[in-house]
Amino acid sequence: MTIRIEKRLAERRSLLVIVPLVSLVVAHLAIAILLVATGHAPVTTFRKLFDAAYFADGALTTTLVSATPLAFTGLAAAVAFRMRLFNIGGEGQLYFGAIGSAGVAIALGGQSTVVVIAAMIAAGAALGAAWGAIPGLLRAFLHTNEIITSLMLNYVAALVINYLIFDSQSYWRDDSATGQLFPQGKPLPESATWPTLGLGPIDVPFGFVVALVVAVVAWLLYSRTRFGFEAQVIGDSPRAARYAGMRTRRKILAIMCLSGAIAGIGGASQNGDFRHVLDPRGLQQAGYGYAGIVVAALARYNPFAVVLVAFLLGGLQNAGYALQGADFPSGLVGVMQGLVLFAMLGGELLVRYRIRFSRPGQGTKVAQA
Amino acid sequence: MGNEPHSATATSLEVAVALRGITKRFPGVVANDQVDFEAAVGEVHALLGENGAGKSTLSNILTGLYRADEGELVLYGTPMQFASPRAALDAGVGMVHQHFRLVQPFTVAENIVLGDHRDSGRAFVLDRDAIDRKVAELGDRYGLQIDPEARIWQLSVGEQQRVEILKALYRDARILILDEPTAVLTPQEAEALFETLRSMAAEGRTVIFISHKLHEVMAVADRVTVLRGGKSIGTVATAATTREALAALMVGREVETARRVEHGRTFGEVCLALAGISAHGDRGVDALRGVTLSVRSGEIYAIAGVAGNGQRELAEVVTGMRPLAEGSLTVAGVPLHGGDPRAAIRAGVAHVPEDRLHTGVAPNLSVASNVVLKSYRSSDVSAGPLLRLRRIRERAADLVKRYDVRPAGVGTPARKLSGGNLQKVVLGREFTGDPKVLVAAAPTRGLDVGAIESVHAYLREAAAGGTAILLISEDLDEVRALADRIGVMYEGMLVGEVDAATATVEELGLLMAGSVSNG
Repeated sequence: MTIRIEKRLAERRSLLVIVPLVSLVVAHLAIAILLVATGHAPVTTFRKLFDAAYFADGALTTTLVSATPLAFTGLAAAVAFRMRLFNIGGEGQLYFGAIGSAGVAIALGGQSTVVVIAAMIAAGAALGAAWGAIPGLLRAFLHTNEIITSLMLNYVAALVINYLIFDSQSYWRDDSATGQLFPQGKPLPESATWPTLGLGPIDVPFGFVVALVVAVVAWLLYSRTRFGFEAQVIGDSPRAARYAGMRTRRKILAIMCLSGAIAGIGGASQNGDFRHVLDPRGLQQAGYGYAGIVVAALARYNPFAVVLVAFLLGGLQNAGYALQGADFPSGLVGVMQGLVLFAMLGGELLVRYRIRFSRPGQGTKVAQA
Repeated sequence: MGNEPHSATATSLEVAVALRGITKRFPGVVANDQVDFEAAVGEVHALLGENGAGKSTLSNILTGLYRADEGELVLYGTPMQFASPRAALDAGVGMVHQHFRLVQPFTVAENIVLGDHRDSGRAFVLDRDAIDRKVAELGDRYGLQIDPEARIWQLSVGEQQRVEILKALYRDARILILDEPTAVLTPQEAEALFETLRSMAAEGRTVIFISHKLHEVMAVADRVTVLRGGKSIGTVATAATTREALAALMVGREVETARRVEHGRTFGEVCLALAGISAHGDRGVDALRGVTLSVRSGEIYAIAGVAGNGQRELAEVVTGMRPLAEGSLTVAGVPLHGGDPRAAIRAGVAHVPEDRLHTGVAPNLSVASNVVLKSYRSSDVSAGPLLRLRRIRERAADLVKRYDVRPAGVGTPARKLSGGNLQKVVLGREFTGDPKVLVAAAPTRGLDVGAIESVHAYLREAAAGGTAILLISEDLDEVRALADRIGVMYEGMLVGEVDAATATVEELGLLMAGSVSNG
């Protein structure tokens, strides 16, 4: 008996919905087994999980807060991946966005909230774009593989952000007495706190609204503009793009900058919506940049789907915090989250491939009837 | 050797392979519909049909790549089912694909044993001497001499094809399927290949020769099975039929086989002028060496030659896809410097590229997007940075109607079109805006007879409209039927230029082989 994975000859659209749903069910079954094996009641745990993610008072608000950075890094990845530019550097670009937005927030502390927020978004986008431009330039002009360069630059960005807070007396570092003792970022001024929009019982963070706007812009860009048209052609067939007289290099650079800018705004939103201080440890532990790649893949690079997937994963993350406790180790939460992601991504295979069981690869004689 | 018919009494011989009532469905199409096919031991059997007639599906079923939905496959009297190409190989069915499946940096011997698992008892150790000996012996026997230690990339296309055949013979293929094997050969090389095929058949092997070139089928095959629209139309002995009769079977109506049409066009001024053009190839060596030629408005100038003698690079230089190393290039009086496709497009150079699926179109984008692939910047289909999607769809719908592209939906991804329909999209796009110069590289490669006819008609029409056409083709029939003048390329040089009306195949063949220069 051999198991073979074959490409499906026809793409069935219904699978796009069925496969993720079945994957979720499978993941929950696996989690249930895990819970029973570790002595937890699956039903109560699941109820707690869904409560914490979506149903309890304020759960949706926290879920949206968790979803916002994932939406930004997911969009950043999706915008680049659609052009087959594999920008893995969302992580570092987000750090730089956080550095830039924290810097202007501190500098413009006395100004009105509108000015400070606009400046934070602009600075976050600019520094994110600048960090994304490095692998973009290398790829466009020296044909360097952007996966490797953008990934390596994540480590550089992590070192830079650590240096600013822990290893230097930088502009970003808290220079109060406690700050000297326990290194941390300067608290951002009041005017740098992003507002929330009341939507019934839910407080929608401003950053999430910005992410929605970015999603709409990204969709318009790809479906309605010359720029998006060129990006699609270059992504699909670089030879056809060259044949049609497109300026490939500029587009590569532009898309890398755009992708970096979106991740950078994600960094700004972290400061404005959530952390209110440049927090290297927190950002590095969260790993939003890498999670964004997963989000983009699950969303098939569709900007609207990115926001939706980010929302779902945000809920999962949020539920994780709620579940942890004396009798529920955080490792178990991690395993549960891992199982969900594993099932979802593994299921993706079944959209375009099918699995077939067959006899070993010998020519078989057919019994004559 | 030519058209000498062979004995066609194969019906009385032992049947090597029989396919009965084969049906294979793909979503939306029936690629094979109750096809019957039978090839005897010791014959060369041609499988003739237009593109889309079901030839490749049938050969894929025979080689284990696909499984038939219905019908049976009988090999030497035993019903078989192949789970994979390897199973088919083990049963003695070998295939030489049109696009070779060789590992370029490996040697001939390494390629030949690649994937051969019969020796798995002694895995990890190659007995190179034994392999070399066997390769040499097979080569001697079938006139396929080749150095077993040569690396694939060092070989000419014809030699690479020999390696593919040797690969199948090494695996003891008793049934050998060749898919369009002459596309890459000179007439002389093709004749040598036919000789090899005949000697293999004489030894009791079965050769299945897939082609849509009628004269080759007549020259090499004992019997021919004609496929049309997924159905088997019939099997005839070549000795008992004619080219015209076969062509009629193939398309279901009488057709002109490519014939020269005297057109009485008058030529205008020189539109395309190349003087002393040299350019580097992909490996950095000189691919073009001092090419000088000129094409007048309304003229079709054909470049003939064996694949890989600089034709592709020539097309790329003229269309701006490849930089110039030396020489000058002028289009309608405008000097071009090479390496800038946009400048070439602006100067009025249209281009029907050789690789239509990955260069001519963006395969996953819609037909509509591909129709405006070059013109999306024009104010007709875009306003500032924004695209006018409705205009784009209208323009595409026009083109689809005018050129009878099927299916007619402009939202279909280009890759889903058949070769002929894809080429219509490319031609329609390139003819838009009355180009001054049209470079057409292998414009009919892989197309069926009906589509070839219409491509030829479109090219003639464009020439009549005053476009200077540079036609690059390895099909000598096509070159002689269409061109006014023929230039022959050999090793990056233009070794001869002849008047198409008087050129003979022998003369062109000799020039293509680089053996004479009439310059």
